[in-house]
Amino acid sequence: MIPDDWVQALIGGVLIGGSAVFLLLMNGRIAGISGITTRALVSGGREIWAVLFLAGLLLGGALYEYVLAAEPTPARGVGPWVMVAGGLLVGIGSRLGHGCTSGHGVCGLGRFSGRSLVAVLVFMGTAFVTVYVMNHTGLMGGG
Amino acid sequence: MRSGGTALIAGALFGLGLGVSQMINPAKVIGFLDVFGAWDPTLMFVLGGAVGVTALGFRPVLKRSRPVCDGTFLVPKRTKVDVRLVAGAAIFGIGWGMTGYCPGPGLASLVLGSANTVWFAAAFVTGLLLTDRLARESKDDKKSEDG
Repeated sequence: MIPDDWVQALIGGVLIGGSAVFLLLMNGRIAGISGITTRALVSGGREIWAVLFLAGLLLGGALYEYVLAAEPTPARGVGPWVMVAGGLLVGIGSRLGHGCTSGHGVCGLGRFSGRSLVAVLVFMGTAFVTVYVMNHTGLMGGG
Repeated sequence: MRSGGTALIAGALFGLGLGVSQMINPAKVIGFLDVFGAWDPTLMFVLGGAVGVTALGFRPVLKRSRPVCDGTFLVPKRTKVDVRLVAGAAIFGIGWGMTGYCPGPGLASLVLGSANTVWFAAAFVTGLLLTDRLARESKDDKKSEDG
């Protein structure tokens, strides 16, 4: 659909950044997915906006996948234990560190937050090392 | 309620962006994280585009006295880099590298109907809630997120 890989990546990035600016302008909230998910789950229904944001996230994903995408997006094809272990680490880590790729990356860097810059450098670093171990040492069952 | 509608729209834009940018494709993400192998730099453009927009857009928004549909802005007030931040980010990065999913793409990928995305999302939410509960019991916490 969109000719070049990087153009598509840039457009997607601008949409994500645009969403974050829009949410701050309208609702006064930071578009951090781990924070929003926590709010949606622990607020006992008091933070309806968070639930609706997540509903929108699925809607937007479906709009891409079933209307715009030239071909189906592949999910990760590894054993479920990798997904469960990795998913747990993502949940624990993003809650402990108060943010993930969106909260610290997209929003924190946009606020010129030093804390977020540190977080981004650390999680990129451990992700690089993890993928290295996975892809190039044969541990964790390979790619 | 108007603020619900705007949150839904923001979420949809976000999900669409994750799709268009291919952040929801774990093979693409892992290719980007494979800096010591056949590195695929495409996703730099995602982060660049997104941060470019927030860096330009946040400042004028925060100059307003209040958001359009709410009484107050809720932005993070923490500034100190502490052990908890670094440990959390380090743990998160390991999970991201293993699965190729960070929270947004992991949840948006539920629409793909693959069992693996359900495993990821269920484990992510479990980790989030367990940590949230432990952190509350231990003490401080609560209030504003970084994200």
